[in-house]
Amino acid sequence: MSASATLSTTPSTPRENLQNLMRTVGMLPVLILLIIGFGLIADSFFSVQNFSIIAQQASINIVLAAGMTFVILTGGIDLSVGSILAAAAVVALIVSGIPDIGLMGIAAALLTGLVFGLINGGLIAFLKLPPFIVTLGALTAVRGVARLIGDDKTVFNPELPFAFIGNDTILGVPWLVVIASLVIIGSWFILRRTVLGLHIYSVGSNPEAARLSGIKVWKVLLFVYAMSGLLAGLGAVMVSSRLMAANGLQLGQSYELDAIAAVILGGTSFVGGVGTIVGTLIGALIIAVLTNGLVLVGVSDIWQYIIKGLVIIGAVALDRYRQSGART
Amino acid sequence: MSGEQKLQPVLEMRGVSKTFPGVKALREVSLTLYPGEVHSLMGENGAGKSTLMKILSGAYTADAGCEIRIGGESVVIDGPQSARDLGVAVIYQELALCPSLTVAENIYLGRELHHGPRIARREMELACGDILKRLGASFKPNTVVSTLSIAERQLVEIARAMQGNARILVMDEPTTPLSSRETDRLFALIRQLRAEGLAIVYVSHRMAEIYELSDRVSVLRDGTYVGTLARAELSADSLVRMMVGRDISGFYKKEHRPFDPGKVVMSVRNFSDGRRVKPSGFDLHTGEVLGIAGLVGAGRTELARLIFGADERISGEIEIDGVPVSIRTPLDAINAGIVYLTEDRKGRGLFLDMSVRDNINVCACSRDARTGGVMNLARANERANGAIRELEIKVPNSKVNVGALSGGNQQKVLLSRLLEIQPKVLILDEPTRGVDIGAKSEIYRIINELAKRGVAVIVISSELPEVVGTADRVLVMREGELVGELGGYSGRPITQESIIELATGAGGESEALKQAA
Repeated sequence: MSASATLSTTPSTPRENLQNLMRTVGMLPVLILLIIGFGLIADSFFSVQNFSIIAQQASINIVLAAGMTFVILTGGIDLSVGSILAAAAVVALIVSGIPDIGLMGIAAALLTGLVFGLINGGLIAFLKLPPFIVTLGALTAVRGVARLIGDDKTVFNPELPFAFIGNDTILGVPWLVVIASLVIIGSWFILRRTVLGLHIYSVGSNPEAARLSGIKVWKVLLFVYAMSGLLAGLGAVMVSSRLMAANGLQLGQSYELDAIAAVILGGTSFVGGVGTIVGTLIGALIIAVLTNGLVLVGVSDIWQYIIKGLVIIGAVALDRYRQSGART
Repeated sequence: MSGEQKLQPVLEMRGVSKTFPGVKALREVSLTLYPGEVHSLMGENGAGKSTLMKILSGAYTADAGCEIRIGGESVVIDGPQSARDLGVAVIYQELALCPSLTVAENIYLGRELHHGPRIARREMELACGDILKRLGASFKPNTVVSTLSIAERQLVEIARAMQGNARILVMDEPTTPLSSRETDRLFALIRQLRAEGLAIVYVSHRMAEIYELSDRVSVLRDGTYVGTLARAELSADSLVRMMVGRDISGFYKKEHRPFDPGKVVMSVRNFSDGRRVKPSGFDLHTGEVLGIAGLVGAGRTELARLIFGADERISGEIEIDGVPVSIRTPLDAINAGIVYLTEDRKGRGLFLDMSVRDNINVCACSRDARTGGVMNLARANERANGAIRELEIKVPNSKVNVGALSGGNQQKVLLSRLLEIQPKVLILDEPTRGVDIGAKSEIYRIINELAKRGVAVIVISSELPEVVGTADRVLVMREGELVGELGGYSGRPITQESIIELATGAGGESEALKQAA
């Protein structure tokens, strides 16, 4: 058949390889440029200590953004992670005060996050409500629950049994960084090496085709929102172990926006089906480096907001431009 | 008309090529168009007609090295807007109107008249009124488009082209959604526009229309330009030979063996959704190819989706190998050994932004997963590469996104996903729609081979030669009902005529057959 002649079966050219590489590394060049830029402007930027600070600052957002990646890959969104984090942190602090079983605070936080995530997922998977609406509602409602549990006060525990998570290191690496790394590795494994991961991409790519392929779409949706909730619970453990306190009203405000920004910066498509966890990691690091760098340079708080917002829009615009260039 | 064709062409396209990743969709294609002619463009699906038209309309950019002249001047079409500015208007199959806006707002979309910031709605409606009157439209400019019929919406599109002073009008299968009376009206309008000096490119599969309208016909095949026939030279034989490029006898791979079905593998009784499928039932045997024919909208796809558990039914029992099974979801059907190839490959079948490998593995991979649902990557690669080899899917490697493949290769990917489940019953809904002729014959070969291996295959198709050429037995549906059986033990021959008779009710003997079925 003459159609075979129209096909290029040649191995990929160097140019195609470069394009593939560019697609894989995504925003990495932006991250590197930011690091070099701040390194040149701010003297104290290039130091082991500062990098350690950046990693710790990034770690909580990395954990939330990993959960958000699962959700956005299915074409959904989870606006409630900041509120869930607050509620879980309050629960963790309260449980940590119980004598002898204080370490159970960790489990309590994880469980709280998981339960709220399952509620979100259940409403979305079974009642087929739009994720934006469900999690927007949860954003408000769970914030209220967080204040309710903590009696609308800040819960302290100066002898927090799991304070080591926020302050100690293991083999010289801060616990926070270790946890964030494990979350990234675990998420990568689920997305890239398991059947469930393939099904997550499938549901985001074409939900109807997924259903006709016999994929239990409800199970996938329930999983991703449960995962996002669970990781918000883990984030709560990390935050509260640093602060040794939790306030239902203030904690985790607008964390969801940083998480979403990291996912989008990482090249994950907002309509689902396309994206990587490594991209999300890079996105979260861009945000952390930017925050840290702007502080070191001495930019005022107000301008930090403005610059961060513009960088997010600019980086994604750049990415779109680059990808459309690669296609033609 | 032919005497005037010495005048200057309104459009000349020369050496137009278009390459998609891995596939060359067009090679050095040329097309010349004169004012006041209807120029038909023919070719099998995948021949490159729509790619060529998309280049003309600015939806695609051609590869470097082509020349496009409009009105004698060399032009560069680098987007839909620039095509419009050059006087090219396209009326697509899927009409591109905003249903919630009025006719006038749609006609002026993107170039609204205004006084300062204020939209000049009255003036737009007045101007549209003139155009609509010229086109013989019976609706008013301030009608909301969503209240119009498909034929009327087409008129709005044509009015939009007229308002933009189009010199070249491309119509892509415009009669598909129309009734025969609406088609007659459209043809009258096309002749009127031609008389007004418009150049019309008419894309269609329907031979009768081509005869009725065309001044000239150009044929594409496998992305290359085959030739152009003037009206006087038109004949069905020559057109078919140009489109197919070879003798089509022996194209269908059915071995015409005597009907010898195996045991009943699936028995469907009383299936109905209460709306488009009236209670229907039939038996399916191992190793047979059962065709389900009928007009568009007769309920064939709906019946298949009911059997597959994709839609909810109000009644119906199903037995597989004599054992009743409960099918409520597609997963139930797959577990019972029934798989369904959707007619809507891109919308409901493929994961376009995922790799060929993942598309093939998405169903079967859970069967050979390691503990904890960990993918068996070696097995997944093996499976994908095996399918690529066996079905001759043309891809550089299995990591390529399936969206970059041609229709035929996409269809083979989707088919191999289903075959990897090793089904007992394979339901194929329009298996060769939008597929090039090479892949088509491949798919027929696969159907034949599966039947030989004992798989029961159902082929739903609107192409009669396909049904006649592949099926051992044919069930015909009309208005949601199974109205008759051909071939098999029925003793009635499977011919295009016998199918049409049943499908349209022209035979008038469906009652007796219904009892038999």
